[in-house]
Amino acid sequence: MSLIAPPRGDRAIFRINPVAKLASALLLAGVLILTIDWVSAAVALACEFVLVFWAGLSLKSFVLRTLPVWIAAPTAGLTTLLYGQPAGAVYWAFGLVNVTEGSLELAIATTLRILAIGLPSVVLFVTVDPTDLADGLAQVVKLPARFVLGGLAGLRLVGLFLGDWRALELARRARGIADGGAGRRLLSQAFALLVLSIRRGSKLATAMEARGFGAPVQRTWARESTFRGREVALIGIGLAVALLAVGVSVALGSWNFVLT
Amino acid sequence: MTPAAAGSVSGASVVARGWGWRHAGRRRWAVDGLDLRIEPGERVLLLGASGAGKSTLLHALAGVLGGEEEGEQRGHLLVNGAEPTAERGQAGLLLQDPDSQVILARVGDDVAFGCENLGVPRDEIWRRVTDALRMVGLNLPLGHPTSALSGGQKQRLALAGVLAMRPGLLLLDEPTANLDPEGVLEVRESVARVLENSEATFIVIEHRVAVWQSLVNRVIVLDAAGGVLADGHPDDVLTSQGERLAAAGVWVPGRGSGLVAAGRRTSSGTTPLLRTPGLAIARTKAEIIARDLELDVLAGTALALTGPNGAGKSTLALTLAGLLKPAGGAVLASPEFADGADPEPIRWRSRQLLSRIGTVFQDPEHQFVAATVRAELAVGPRALKRPEAAVTARVDEVLQRLRLDHLAEANPFTLSGGEKRRLSVGTVLATQPQLLVLDEPTFGQDLRTWREIVVLLDELLREGTAVVAVSHDADFVAAVFDREFRLAGRTGAAAPLITSGVVPR
Repeated sequence: MSLIAPPRGDRAIFRINPVAKLASALLLAGVLILTIDWVSAAVALACEFVLVFWAGLSLKSFVLRTLPVWIAAPTAGLTTLLYGQPAGAVYWAFGLVNVTEGSLELAIATTLRILAIGLPSVVLFVTVDPTDLADGLAQVVKLPARFVLGGLAGLRLVGLFLGDWRALELARRARGIADGGAGRRLLSQAFALLVLSIRRGSKLATAMEARGFGAPVQRTWARESTFRGREVALIGIGLAVALLAVGVSVALGSWNFVLT
Repeated sequence: MTPAAAGSVSGASVVARGWGWRHAGRRRWAVDGLDLRIEPGERVLLLGASGAGKSTLLHALAGVLGGEEEGEQRGHLLVNGAEPTAERGQAGLLLQDPDSQVILARVGDDVAFGCENLGVPRDEIWRRVTDALRMVGLNLPLGHPTSALSGGQKQRLALAGVLAMRPGLLLLDEPTANLDPEGVLEVRESVARVLENSEATFIVIEHRVAVWQSLVNRVIVLDAAGGVLADGHPDDVLTSQGERLAAAGVWVPGRGSGLVAAGRRTSSGTTPLLRTPGLAIARTKAEIIARDLELDVLAGTALALTGPNGAGKSTLALTLAGLLKPAGGAVLASPEFADGADPEPIRWRSRQLLSRIGTVFQDPEHQFVAATVRAELAVGPRALKRPEAAVTARVDEVLQRLRLDHLAEANPFTLSGGEKRRLSVGTVLATQPQLLVLDEPTFGQDLRTWREIVVLLDELLREGTAVVAVSHDADFVAAVFDREFRLAGRTGAAAPLITSGVVPR
């Protein structure tokens, strides 16, 4: 998959302005990192599961795309379980390992939290087309066009860098300097890539300028980035999930504010 | 094509009065003392030796030379009576490198980019996008990914992007130098169609004159010493200046390459260096490009790898060179060639390759690793742990042979295209490998460098070096190679090619 050609689909989730996706993912994450308790994370996660399948991603692509989150969450949980702050009854102790009632609770909370923040973020972002995101950031958030479009065009170069890296690797073998010293070789190759990327970047900048980029006129946009009802609704859903999680957690007395 | 789409723009005039430009940090003026007048609607082919400032002039006309921090200007250069930077979008510039001109991910968006920058209203933009794509003959959906385009298609896309801006001055800077013959034709045809439907003033730089000759009505030759060397009707200029132009590296039609046959090489071509039982090739493990490729590389003979785009020519060359792992079958070196190393070149150590197989990459910049030309040439001999005196002697020899001695202390990245190509060949020659593998060595080169490569390879072959090269260049294949291996889709076939050696006339 190319970095700038994400999967396309016709479900609602693909049509929503990426800015709204970014906003709701940030909102949810922002609220959930305020507390470390398993109740709020579990409530959020439960709501998200319903929403994710309603969003129309197939099970296979959902599992594939979110796989890193499914690996990261239990790993972080296990680490917390073994080495987390001990509290309450001790279940098992061996050297530095100290599994206690407190660390178990913390482990579950950590695992659920990473899933609750990670899963919706991934789902929202795999359906984002960088071009649409740039349009949104420039037209809706009103970030400077120079900055947004420069970044977008630069993103396209990443694909070329992969090819450059491979060619550099082969060329170094051909030049007789690829034996031994992997660290040094990698460093010099990385530097060579940097030199090439600067040259590519300046060529691209010239090509953009040749098409009037940076001309002293008010730029127009060929693609309209709209922010309407469904965008507001998505942010509303994010807010509702966050509030529900906080509400249930506070009501059950398990709210655990990180900053206290 | 509606007449209004392209015909609504009238051509722009160009005036230069004592104009000069010097890049920041350089002592020499890239262009100097230029006096020139180009009337609206003229079609101009701009020629000149490399270093005569052709590209600098085109960039200046497009208003993309940069401000004061980029260089210094003197005299006047005017497009329609105004400074080129004042009226953006009046001049449209198409550059040489197809890869660096694609700006956005989708075809339609990319063409629209220039119009957006010029503040064209949305409805009008999409009308222009459709028109421009039709004009260059790119019949693709607007949502088509630009990453999936061929080189020729990318150039036509960039041309459409330029046309959509409706420029009065259309500038093309070696638009076909990085394309295969098919791509060259595609772009030429697109431009011809555009010129038929437009009144725009047109200036193209290209050292292969034949491509554009029939589309222009004026040829201007820039003098490397400053000013204009010749200016007039194409036939007149090419006749009166033909010899001088050819010496400066311009391919003047009807003059040939300036090389004559020097009698057939007495090829020692029976000793195989490499053979490839059941070879299958792949860039990455998953995608096999071609299989059942059986070929021999013979000592002292030249083998050309040809075929359409994507047939796997470069992949085959790199596999033969011991750089890519065969996806099936094997590349086997004869015991004499392996000389104590493993029979399979892919298992050789990087250092063992040096004295056996030298590879020249398509993009010379990929293989430069040192800060000066001299140090670059010393990399190989030093890796072989040759004594310092021997390294210096060998480097000096190669510097002279490739006419790079005056550049010994220059940074490889600052060299011209032809010099970079010569240096990349030199780095390989420094360790005297028995087999030379080259990927498109004549790509984008002017006649002078082309001739030098042909003569050099001929000399090496006579000395007993084997040569394998990927090439689209039929003249080059005819001039140097004994045999041709044509990759056509999934299989290849070796065909004998009758050829003779060449020396400079």
